[in-house]
Amino acid sequence: MEHLRILVVDDEAGMRHGVLRALRNFQVEVSDVNEIVSFEFDDAETGEIALEKIAAQMPDILLLDHKLPGLQGLEVLEKLHEDKLDILTIMVTAYASIETAVSATRRGAYDFLAKPFTPEELKSLISKAAKHLILKHHAKKLAQEKKQMRFQLISVVSHELKAPLAAIEGYLNIMKEPSLLSNQVNYNHIVDRMQFRLVGMRKLIFDLLDLTRIESGQKKRSLSEIDMLEPVRMSIETATPAAKEKQIEINLNAPEKLMMIADTGEIEIIMNNMVSNAVKYNRDGGRVFIDITDMGETVKIAVKDTGIGMTKEEVSHLFGEFVRIKNKKTQNISGSGLGLSILKRLSNLYKGDVTVESEPDVGTTFTAVLKKHTSVENPPDAQQPEEGE
Amino acid sequence: MTDVKKTILTVDDDIDILEQLKFQLEGANYNVISAGCQEEALEILKDAKFDLAILDLMMENMDSGFVICHYIKKLHPETPVIILTAVTSETGMEFDATTHEERSWVKADILMDKPVRSEQLLKEVHKLLNRS
Repeated sequence: MEHLRILVVDDEAGMRHGVLRALRNFQVEVSDVNEIVSFEFDDAETGEIALEKIAAQMPDILLLDHKLPGLQGLEVLEKLHEDKLDILTIMVTAYASIETAVSATRRGAYDFLAKPFTPEELKSLISKAAKHLILKHHAKKLAQEKKQMRFQLISVVSHELKAPLAAIEGYLNIMKEPSLLSNQVNYNHIVDRMQFRLVGMRKLIFDLLDLTRIESGQKKRSLSEIDMLEPVRMSIETATPAAKEKQIEINLNAPEKLMMIADTGEIEIIMNNMVSNAVKYNRDGGRVFIDITDMGETVKIAVKDTGIGMTKEEVSHLFGEFVRIKNKKTQNISGSGLGLSILKRLSNLYKGDVTVESEPDVGTTFTAVLKKHTSVENPPDAQQPEEGE
Repeated sequence: MTDVKKTILTVDDDIDILEQLKFQLEGANYNVISAGCQEEALEILKDAKFDLAILDLMMENMDSGFVICHYIKKLHPETPVIILTAVTSETGMEFDATTHEERSWVKADILMDKPVRSEQLLKEVHKLLNRS
């Protein structure tokens, strides 16, 4: 429930009361954002009093009579404009001449109400104004959240990029001191660690590129009817070398064929993320079970591992943005922290969802449910204009 | 000669940084105990004896060198603590523990900017350990 404040400015007491009476208990439903708006009222009999009241507490909507005893309605409007006060203003006038109309809109009025008006006319205009305001607030909030998220991404990424640099720099410093490198084992170990950190860094950069392409909507989607098991098998092939290294067996349980409207590349990225995680966070000699089920409208992809698992608390953090669970068990596993963000965003493109079930030292199951037929469109927030930038 | 090997606690969430510290400190003939997070460090604090601690200032999951330092100083006020920070390179903010006011809230004996050169770190370690 949102509340909007309306300030009614009119020198006729009957008019002020009439407006209050008409709008008492009036509510507006803004279905686009699933919000119900109610109103609070205040009134002023002159422009001077109105400006004082505005200075004390900003209303959301100003119902401003054009003809006032002292300051005129247009002068009030001009004053607000000068002070850069952005209040949605509806001019009320008995002389709805085209001149006043033009002059008032120039000074920032939102709309007009010609005296005399019916309660219905008033309600309809207030309802329009309320929707306009709520949608504007909403868009602003979205833009703010987006900005916030971008900032968070940048700070996480810069930290994650600096850490491997610092580690490699440290090893190189050590290598400059021959006394510390008394044996070949140390030398090989240091070179291995540096390579490991570089691999992690490269992965982070690639993930970051994937993510920004999805976010910006610049990644061209080529949707067509495909057998989604092809990219599934491809991702198993990709993960096989890493799995073999840890003697992990990957099992696929799926129908022969499963047609859906999709972008092969996207399904492959989804599967790569799920399968490589199941291998990475597995124990040596563990198993990975990939279950693909045709649910009619949707495809269910479940990838289960027999790995280190996560505590309830870790799972609850997992779906935050750009989170990587760091503990003793994961410190030797290289990950960018972006894989799950990518997985979630891509699944959203298929009106889908990702869920996780996990138990420490038993294993984790990630499940993605994707719609088989989604309309051809870009990510929902990709083409919105950036407000406030 | 009473040349008992001194023990140093190192805390950092980056396994490679821990390894490098261990490498350097062991090379200089110290014992090293390592912890990868605040929780682990506080666990070690309960029963292990050490002569000096080297802490990373900002770690993941809200872990902080300041917090660990606070506990160390509470339990063993005489144990010297070195805090390593990347704050300056990450945020541009300058940090120090040289003035009286800074010392009143930064309990560490020395704050060093990352990346720290090995000989510089060892010099400070030797200095702090010969003090007592």
